Amino acid sequence: MAKSDLLPLKIKVPELKLGSMSHSQPYQANADVQTALDLPSELIDNWKVVALETLGVELKQSRALRVYLDSCIKCGACTDKCHYFLGTGDPNNMPVARQDLLRKVYRRYFTVAGKLVPKLVGAEDLTEDVIDDWYRYFHQCSQCRRCASSCPIGIDTAEISMVGRRILDKIGLGQKYSNQIISKALTKGNNLGLPGPALADTLEGLEEDIVEETGINVKLPLDQANADILLVTPSADFFAEPHVDGLIGYAKVFHEAGLSWTISSFASEAANFGLFTGNKQRLEEMAERIVQAANELKVRRIVFGECGHAWRVACNYLPPLLEKVSTLDRRYPVPQHIVEVTHQLIEAKQITLDASKNDHRRITFHDSCNVARASQLGDVPNGQLTIPREVLQASCNYFFDMAPNTTGQNTFCCGGGGGLLTDELSELRTAGAKPRMSAFQALHKKHGITHMAAMCAICKSQFAQVFPHYGFALDQVISVHQIVGDALVMTKS
Amino acid sequence: MLDQLNISTDEEGYLLNLEDWTIDIANAMAKADDCELTPNHWEVIDFLRGYYEQYEIAPAIRILTKQIGKKLGQEKGNSKYLYELFPHGPAKQACKYAGLPKPTGCV
Repeated sequence: MAKSDLLPLKIKVPELKLGSMSHSQPYQANADVQTALDLPSELIDNWKVVALETLGVELKQSRALRVYLDSCIKCGACTDKCHYFLGTGDPNNMPVARQDLLRKVYRRYFTVAGKLVPKLVGAEDLTEDVIDDWYRYFHQCSQCRRCASSCPIGIDTAEISMVGRRILDKIGLGQKYSNQIISKALTKGNNLGLPGPALADTLEGLEEDIVEETGINVKLPLDQANADILLVTPSADFFAEPHVDGLIGYAKVFHEAGLSWTISSFASEAANFGLFTGNKQRLEEMAERIVQAANELKVRRIVFGECGHAWRVACNYLPPLLEKVSTLDRRYPVPQHIVEVTHQLIEAKQITLDASKNDHRRITFHDSCNVARASQLGDVPNGQLTIPREVLQASCNYFFDMAPNTTGQNTFCCGGGGGLLTDELSELRTAGAKPRMSAFQALHKKHGITHMAAMCAICKSQFAQVFPHYGFALDQVISVHQIVGDALVMTKS
Repeated sequence: MLDQLNISTDEEGYLLNLEDWTIDIANAMAKADDCELTPNHWEVIDFLRGYYEQYEIAPAIRILTKQIGKKLGQEKGNSKYLYELFPHGPAKQACKYAGLPKPTGCV
């Protein structure tokens, strides 16, 4: 793995600004969106009963949740780890304070001491004010787990914010951005709501672009039965920049390696926002679409494109569901990440890269939180950190890592993860990007870095939006597979 | 001016009913953002509306840039130029003026 030659970034703990982000909250989902997901569309009359019942069920189902809520010793290790706290100074964005929003209610209704002497044990009644705080501050957590990795007990604030959002959903306070996306993914097969004919038109257009650029007939097949590989990728790869250049990179790699592959119009989405809202039922339904597509197309392998939380879902939820796909070739990892596919092809010398093609770029790599801290890649320990770097270093001559306390498992979230990549949260997102941008600025100063490579659709969109606030251009964020695709020596017609 | 047109929009100013759209609404929406719609803006808006009619979705950025390159010259067929026209992002801002829903997803 590349080693940074920088000292750890000095991370300044901000002055406390009490309630400075209490105005920040996402739009609530309207009746159409909530109804489509069988959820109430406004705060229901018996919200308190339902909220406590839901929490009770969660506690029964998840021993981990009870441990998280019982065992915080208020050591303070997490207090300066959250990018949103570091960016905003609002103490409610300290992970321990975010957990306490749920913990105080848990104590009041689910522990003996909290029922008898609430004031002595930090237990509080569940009121509408508490619900309002939940809606605000559980939507100022990107579920990136940087705090969890610093907690001596292993308390995972991401799980707590997921439970908080699940309760909010159940009492009628759904988040517009995420729930709208879930309802589109469940009806159209992707988060954009891109219908099959539009997807076909988009892919054909990209094939024309590649021929124009390289003179080579690289295909982007759709719904091709009996293909070896089903590519499941974030729909942003079809739609937006710099994502689409990554998709072109995957297509070039498949072409050059002689691998047959296809995209499915039924399951044309890797992202799974059910994870963010803690809606397990919808998460599984979306994952089942991939299973159904794999069965119908009779593919032998499933490969995921560059999407951070999709890979988290792929590693943590998908494997048991994929038992139902009999055509899969178990000699390959099921599922597999595109970066691992490319890495193996490089090692087996089945593709050749000319790193000098990227000599006009000086590149660093942003570890996506969900890849770095919530998943595994390849068959070596910490492959999710080393494999992308090895692929990048094979593809370019000028690669530099950011400060070590901001990379690998210490990575900072881009500021837009966890279902927060929506315009009404721009202030939060810009502030939350500050730690990552500070590390990038320091590296840029020392090594004249021109590009930050990422392998997550959210990271790419978020950086394209916030870079200009920090003195960079939006096209300085780049897909890992654009760098690969540019370096790839194309020998096959 | 936008208020006087009496149209229903969502929290972010996107039309709730696509059929409500008129040229006046597009102009008024742009004016509210301190933006004056030029023929080049209209090239984008018209293309978005036509594409939406056919495919029920706004075109991907590559399709849009290619089309604009054909119409307005190759030097303008890129997202940098589209950001000059629509500084809040071509997908979001141009869709709004075109009366289309806001693109959703990780974009």
